Amino acid sequence: MNEYIITQLSIFVNNVPGKLAAVAKTLKDCNVNMKACNLAESTEFGILRAIVEDPDQSCEKLQAKGLIVRKTQLIGIKITDVPGSLYGPAKALGDGGINIEYGYAFTGKKVEGLFIRVDDPEKAITVLQQAGIALIRAAEI
Amino acid sequence: MFWNPKIECMPADQLRQLQYRELKRLVNNLYSFNKFYRDHMKAQNVTPLDINRIEDITKLPFMYKQDLRDNYPDKMFTVPKNEIVRYHVSSGTSGKPTLVAYTRNDLDYWTEALCRSFTAGGLGPDDTIQISYGYGLFTGGLGAHYGAERVGATVLPSGTGNTERQLEMMKDLGVTAIACTPSYLIHLDTTAKKLGYDWKRDMVLKKAFLGAEPWSEPMRTRIQNDLGIKAYDLYGTSEQAGPMFSECEYQKGVHVWGDIMYVEILDRETGEPLEPGNEGEMAVTMLKKEAMPMIRYRTRDITTLYTDTCECGRTSPRLARITGRCDDMLVIRGINVFPSQVEYTLLQIPEVGDQYMIIVTRDGDLDKMVLQVEIRPETFSDKVEDMIALRAHIESQLKKYLNIAVQVELKAPGELPRFDGKASRVIDKRKI
Repeated sequence: MNEYIITQLSIFVNNVPGKLAAVAKTLKDCNVNMKACNLAESTEFGILRAIVEDPDQSCEKLQAKGLIVRKTQLIGIKITDVPGSLYGPAKALGDGGINIEYGYAFTGKKVEGLFIRVDDPEKAITVLQQAGIALIRAAEI
Repeated sequence: MFWNPKIECMPADQLRQLQYRELKRLVNNLYSFNKFYRDHMKAQNVTPLDINRIEDITKLPFMYKQDLRDNYPDKMFTVPKNEIVRYHVSSGTSGKPTLVAYTRNDLDYWTEALCRSFTAGGLGPDDTIQISYGYGLFTGGLGAHYGAERVGATVLPSGTGNTERQLEMMKDLGVTAIACTPSYLIHLDTTAKKLGYDWKRDMVLKKAFLGAEPWSEPMRTRIQNDLGIKAYDLYGTSEQAGPMFSECEYQKGVHVWGDIMYVEILDRETGEPLEPGNEGEMAVTMLKKEAMPMIRYRTRDITTLYTDTCECGRTSPRLARITGRCDDMLVIRGINVFPSQVEYTLLQIPEVGDQYMIIVTRDGDLDKMVLQVEIRPETFSDKVEDMIALRAHIESQLKKYLNIAVQVELKAPGELPRFDGKASRVIDKRKI
């Protein structure tokens, strides 16, 4: 697989008090460590999106515990800690006709940046690389 | 005030004679022209010769809602198609609608029944009546419309919805009567107050004919006091024709016109007829019906029949309020909803499982139905918009099959309760 493709786990969470705690407990019991996460909500349900260590194995463990988990491919754009650093990649994607579904920021030990969800990650990688934008490798997280 | 005093005040023994003659004619006709009912009678070893007095009606087989569904659309017709002048359709279980057909005479007797009922409630040529029942496939709007026109009232066919405009017309046109569901009248009241209307200062409304959903004496008291009007209980289901029977000014129960409908109250367990004054399931025989027979039709409604002469002088039997149902049917905003319809609809949607819960509440004045349903794991998407689109899809399918707006809540698999024995998938939080 493309070294720039990052696997995200999306977990269905009902939007009632205590549900996120129950999901978090399952993550703990399965020894799943989150590197970055994001919560999206609707009126009655939410979606916990997480970048975890060893996503394939983690996904299996969580599904075995009865969670609704789905694997999604994201890409990570390196962002530096200066004004305007989102402009370059966002413009490149826009010019390339690529729509960003959602995204969330990440600050790791080695690298910092933005994870984004697009319909065609392979194409987005090509577009960004052609524009000279640095991408996060899955192994760097 | 009487529309047809001869029949409305007919002595009981004369009425029984009349009912017997109508039944005999009806059964003869069905035996000759309706295969469904002839087969039914043969199976019970009964022929028209066994009907020699009205009490012999108990020899005849019952009819059930299922019979209407099994014979959908036209296998139940007793007349050639060219004699049918109208259809009405109500939502039925299993996604199959229930069709009712009318001949010219069927429509005339429906209107006749309503003329007597409206007149008993004091409606006449001096009135302007707003018909705020749904017009269309639902029987309420058109039924009440023709009845009110025939008594000479001025009819404002406003239908449902657009409440602000309805209030404006009510005021401007000097509307004196309304026919609608009780919950819609309460909604009108709430909206009127919000908009600054004063019932006594701005409106000349005097009476309301309220039906198509269960309501109670406390609701009547509230409506009558708040609006300064008389509120009458209007009864009738599409199988009977539509709304047909109502109360007189004494409000002592719904007057049933005995030449049109014969009522039996049955023991809920045994199906045996009960004496007047006892509560049980109502079975009705529509004595005048031509297009589709309705003989000993089990309505599933629980009520009591009174046969004493009313203070108004009418001898016709009277029905107490419907106190419940023998099955799991819900009445939501006047529309019948069966959990089995919900089940059927969900079966058509591969993205969801078959577990569900129905929660009914009264949101302000209007009924609200929430359906909780479990998504399938493979359906789950990381995109909120996909999930919302799925929810909207389920809602539109339910709207299509049930004919009412349902709010859907998506749940994770395993989230909803499982039932071992009889499932109780309905939580009705309405206080009626």
